[in-house]
Amino acid sequence: MIDLGPHADYIVASYAAAGLVLGLLIGASVLANLAAARRLAALEAREASKPAAAKQ
Amino acid sequence: MSAILAVIRRELTLARRIGAGVELGIVFFLILISVVPFAIGADQKLIGRIAPALLWLAALLATLLGLDRLLQADEEDGIVDHLQLAETPLMLVLAAKALAHWLVTGLPLSLVAPLLGLMLAIEPQAMLPLSISLLIGTPALTLIGLIGASLTVSLKRGGLLLSVLVLPLSIPTLIFGATVVKEAAAGRAYSTPLMLLAGVSLIMLVVAPLAAAGALRFARN
Amino acid sequence: METAPKPSLWLRLANPAAFNALANVLLWPLIVGTIAAFGYGLYGAFMTSPADYQQGETVRIMYIHVPAAWLSLFVYAGMAVSALGTLVFRHPMADVAQKAAAPVGAGFTLICLLTGSFWGKPMWGTWWEWDARLTSVLILFLIYLGIIALWRAIDEPQRGARAVAIMTLVGAVNLPIIKFSVDWWYTLHQPASVFRMGGPTIDRAMLTPLFVMGLAYLLLYLVLLIVRMKTELMVRRIERLQIVAADKQARQGGSR
Repeated sequence: MIDLGPHADYIVASYAAAGLVLGLLIGASVLANLAAARRLAALEAREASKPAAAKQ
Repeated sequence: MSAILAVIRRELTLARRIGAGVELGIVFFLILISVVPFAIGADQKLIGRIAPALLWLAALLATLLGLDRLLQADEEDGIVDHLQLAETPLMLVLAAKALAHWLVTGLPLSLVAPLLGLMLAIEPQAMLPLSISLLIGTPALTLIGLIGASLTVSLKRGGLLLSVLVLPLSIPTLIFGATVVKEAAAGRAYSTPLMLLAGVSLIMLVVAPLAAAGALRFARN
Repeated sequence: METAPKPSLWLRLANPAAFNALANVLLWPLIVGTIAAFGYGLYGAFMTSPADYQQGETVRIMYIHVPAAWLSLFVYAGMAVSALGTLVFRHPMADVAQKAAAPVGAGFTLICLLTGSFWGKPMWGTWWEWDARLTSVLILFLIYLGIIALWRAIDEPQRGARAVAIMTLVGAVNLPIIKFSVDWWYTLHQPASVFRMGGPTIDRAMLTPLFVMGLAYLLLYLVLLIVRMKTELMVRRIERLQIVAADKQARQGGSR
């Protein structure tokens, strides 16, 4: 590990802050995507099964 | 032209009837200024130094607070629909409404500001520049507010959102306006910030009615 | 795509299915590129680049701070173009892109502010200095927040899209004025030193990691944009399906 000098804390903190914000952005985007995909799949499955049930 | 005048006359009458005329704006301005010494202490020197900023902030708030009703009442009555079908371009009607709003807020504020400046220990030579800067700058505040009002017109509780949208855009006006008074108080030339202030107002005069008319038309679709 | 004249790529992208197909092709290469760029950029930022003779090791904050500032403006410019796409060309994907981009842009702006603050503490001695550049970025952040708030306040996507588009364009007109006024208000900061007339004054060993990090941010932005646009399209489809389902239910209930 290289020596970051007397202000190492600030350097680490700023990288941590940037990582946190990016992590939150990525996490929120991916979770929202997965949630939407799951709900859409459930809805489409229901739509697909319903007409079949009605025809019987 | 007569349609524009009619719009202005109607706005002024309405403002008077619902008790939101000139007097209330001035009283609000006065109260804002009176509250300040309680918040920062009765230090005459300190108050004198921040007075230009205070007066401009007060003008900003006074202009902002009446804005959410500028179009909302008309939207609820269905008047906005009529204005869109009218022959007079919506842009001009909106500019007329902004002018009427300015006549009952910005204009009286500019006129009484020197009096309040006296209370706030502003240098005597800065009184006239204070009035002039408010006279030139408050139209920009009203016009920026018009954009915010048109964007939030159909929202139930648009007031707070309106402030969030409008305040960042009014920063240049605030900077140039307060600088005019500060420079004048220090006995320096203040024509540059005054010109810039006028520039902001003129740009807003072009942009705001256009954007507001667009927002209203699209809200209706 | 059976229509006789083959529509342009731009037009074909108006179709969500076509957009999804293209997005799926692009997504994984972009993700790989993002990871590679971040890896190389961070390696360069910590290993190969020297410490600044004036600022010492704290200059390493630059590699995440400055590209974030670039991206905050780049994303806003993209949103302004999308706004034109919504208002002028009525391109259906324009407002989807705009809605997807706003939080990402706000995120980059926030990174710029936070890292600037961490940079400022050892350099200026305070967490926050009201200097022209940081203040401009702060105002940009506030405009982003206003746009996101406007998205949330309007529930109909169609109407919301147009209101937000107008707000975005008004902001775009105002940003240069704000930038100018803030600069004018306070001119104390070091002058812009990367894109200056007569070539950059920063050492090459610092410039390469800086640009690689910029590329990494850009690629990450594209990845997030694609993922969020796909999400938004799915959400809109869910809403449509639910309306159709509720409609069908109501009709069946009425006929009985």
